[in-house]
Parts: sequence; C-alpha cells; structure tokens
Amino acid sequence: MNLGRIGGLLSRHMYLYKRSFARMLEIFYWPFLDLVVWGFITIYLKEAGVSLHGAVAFFLGALILWDVLFRSQQGVAVSFLEEMWSRNLMNLFASPLTVGEYLASTMIMSILKVTAVASLMMVIAWMLYSYDMLKIGLSLLPFILNLVLSGWIIGVLTTSIIMRFGQQAEVLAWGMVFLFQPISCVFYPLEVLPPILQSIAWIIPPAHIFEGMRAVLVDGVTPINHILWATGLNLFFFVVIVSWFYHTFNICKNKGMLVRVGE
Amino acid sequence: MSKPIVEVRNLTKQFGDFTAVDNISFDIHEGEILGLLGPNGAGKTTTIHMLLGLITPTAGTIHMFGLDLAQHRERILQQVNFSSTYISMPYSLTVEENLKVIARLYSLQNIQQRIDDIIENLEMGDIQHKLTRKLSSGQMSRLTLAKALMTEPKVLFLDEPTASLDPDIVNKIKAFLKEYQRNAGLSILYTSHNMREMEEMSNRIIFLQHGHIVAEGTSNEIVQRYGQRDLEEVFLKLAREPKTQ
Repeated sequence: MNLGRIGGLLSRHMYLYKRSFARMLEIFYWPFLDLVVWGFITIYLKEAGVSLHGAVAFFLGALILWDVLFRSQQGVAVSFLEEMWSRNLMNLFASPLTVGEYLASTMIMSILKVTAVASLMMVIAWMLYSYDMLKIGLSLLPFILNLVLSGWIIGVLTTSIIMRFGQQAEVLAWGMVFLFQPISCVFYPLEVLPPILQSIAWIIPPAHIFEGMRAVLVDGVTPINHILWATGLNLFFFVVIVSWFYHTFNICKNKGMLVRVGE
Repeated sequence: MSKPIVEVRNLTKQFGDFTAVDNISFDIHEGEILGLLGPNGAGKTTTIHMLLGLITPTAGTIHMFGLDLAQHRERILQQVNFSSTYISMPYSLTVEENLKVIARLYSLQNIQQRIDDIIENLEMGDIQHKLTRKLSSGQMSRLTLAKALMTEPKVLFLDEPTASLDPDIVNKIKAFLKEYQRNAGLSILYTSHNMREMEEMSNRIIFLQHGHIVAEGTSNEIVQRYGQRDLEEVFLKLAREPKTQ
C-alpha cells in the first residue's frame, strides 16, 4: 500500500467537494431533514402518551446510526461514481495505483463523510431535542465501527455491480443499502419480523448491530454476543466481498469494460 | 540499434467471437517513435489499452524494461504514461489540481516545481487555475499531454493526440513532442489518422488491419514496398482490402 497514492486520490475528492455546493448539500441536507422529521415524530409519540421505553434514544439514536451505515456505504460507492462520471478510471488504473489502494481511499473517504454527518446530527439532536448521544460513551464505539464496516461491504458490493453493468446500475449507489433496511431492524426490534425474515436478519451484521445498539441506548447494557456476531459476520463478508470486487475487476479488464465504463 | 524497451510477443485479444488484435509482435526501442497506423477498428487502441494494463490480453506477453507487465504492473506503470484526445480529466478540478492529483498517484517529488515547469513548457500559464470543464478541446489536449509528460515517463503512448485540433495547436504539440522526445530519449508509440503527421513523427511504422500487422518499416520502405506515391495511398490500398481468414 502506497500512502502517497491513497492521499492523491483523497485530495482529488477534497478538491471536488470544496467547490461543489450540491455535494456538500447532499451530505448535510438529508440527514438534517431526517432528524427534524423523526424528532417531531418522537415528540408526538411522547405527547400522545404512547408508552415506548426510551423513545428519544430509540428513534433519534437509531436514525443517527442508520446514517452512519448509509454514509459509509455511499462514501465507497459514490466515490466510484465520481470517477465514472468524469471518465477518470483510465487515468487511475493506467497509473501505478493498485486496486487495494483505490478501495482504501474510498473507505477513508467514507470515514470522512460519516464523521461529518454523524457530528452534525449529534449537534442538531442535542440542540433541538436535548438528546446527547455522547453521554452513552464508549459502549457505542464497537457498534459504530461495525456499522462503518458494514457500509464498506455494501459499498464495495454496489461498486462491483456498477463497474460490471455500467451507468444503468448507478441508482444502486443510493438504493442498495435500503434493501437491507427492513431486515436490519433499525427502528424496531427484530422480534417484530416474521420468522423467515428473522432467520435472514440474523446472518446480516446490521441486525446484530441495531439489536445491540437498542440494548445500549435503552437498557444501558453492552451485549457482547451481538458485538461478537456482528464483528465475525462483518469480517467474513468483508473478505468475501473484497475478493468478489477483485474478481469483477479482472472480468471487466478481460471484457475491456474498464475503459468503457461511464460511456 | 538500441535495445528494445517494449517487447510485445504474439499479443492477441478476443472479445467473444471478435478478434480485435490477432497475434501481433513488435518492439519499441529506446528513444524511438513507433507509429501505429490503421483504419478505425484495426486494433490500435485495444493494443495501447493492453500495453497500459487496462485490458487483459487473451494470449501473448508484454515486457517493458525487461519486466513482464502481468507480474510487475506497478513498477512498469511508474515509468509509463499515455495521452489521447479522447480521454478526459475530472471537470470540477482546475488544471493545476488535476496535475497535483496525478503527481501524487505517480509519487513524484517537488510537485509544484514539476507542475510549474510543464505549465511553462506547454504554454498553459493562462489556464493553470481554470476549471477543466471550461477548457477548449485544444487546451484539454495540452492538459492530458501535460499530465503524461509531467511524470517523466520512459515510454509514452499517444493515441491520436492531435485528432480534432486546429493546425496551429497540432503544429505546436508536434514541435514540442519532437523536442521533448529528443532531449529526454523518450520512447513513444504514436497513433494517428494523419499520414503526413505519421511520416513526420515516426522513425518506424507498423500498419495494423483487422488486428494483424500487415506492413512494418520506415515510411519510405512501406511506400516503396507497395509501389504507391505516399503513405496515404498505401493506407487507402490496405484499408480497402477485404478481411482474409
């Protein structure tokens, strides 16, 4: 891994974002609106006397963590789209840049996006609803790290599909993660799912993460079993999906698609 | 003759049933400009893409600097670059920002100095801080040439670098390239549809048709061999020949 080359790719995105109002808006606008809407829903539920233990933590906390997953995935997939839109893939992959360095740069990019969005959402939640997520402390850290890793996995999977099928698949950069939302049990406990979906949910890391997160947010306990399951599954899927990406990359090079993607 | 810096042997590329490049072999020597000539679809660009590691050959080998491209991609591409009228660079970055990113991808030292030098050499001072999306096609060609030369490659692939440019810019680019190539001892693989340009630029020419090498030699040798008046007539004669199995 050559850190200079990874830094080079990161600087390309920094230059892009610093003068793109639309891209900055995209990072902050939707998370802000989500938080406002879900905040009012939370207030409404409380005033309507709906008995939901830890309602604020339940919804606002879940929303912030969902955005961690979403932005982490987007950081990887949208970075690829940027290269595709600007027909820059040839310049990148005809240089000494390796596939591993390329993926590493998109993952670092996703961390930067997650940090920006999560910080903003935490500040807004605190200002508007007096909800201080930082009070939860270090117990949340393993879940956040696992969510970032899950986002990378979905992002790399999305990228490999876009690379293989071109622009017609680019909508997946925004839509793919939502395929996992119902069985990730972001806003409701896993037990509300039908049994068949529960079985599927247990094999995807986000379900363990959000189940565990609820235990931390609502009950104040750290469920080690969920952390271990989420970490194990994440590592397994990470290896599988990154290998799949390398395989797809080689197929694209074989079929001459790398020089045509985006056209 | 100097030693070959690029050695291509039995290179073949098939896309399904279609053979884009069919068992071609050639060398590029140190300090040589090799012209790759052929009609559209002859396999020129596919060959360059294989030399850049962007397309995997179906068969054959590519060695540069004595190393196998399939096994030493990073080391080889560190010393290779390319430019083409048809490639693009990120539109939302300025010319200088694009060059900085490329400089980092090639792990260059003294980046700002290198950028200033290439900007001056290619007379790009007026567009240094201009957004790439606002460049004319001539300015864009100079930018892609700048990104290629800034890395001080030992081998340069130029895929129709002057296509669709006005004669004044073509002249300037050719003059600069010739001088740069002489001073740096650069080896160049050059494709063009312009026969005069090809004669002027190349030490040796390979004529590709339907993925095969059908003629090879200096411009004069090829013209004499085919009994034509000039390279353009040879081009027309060869390009109109039907494909033989």
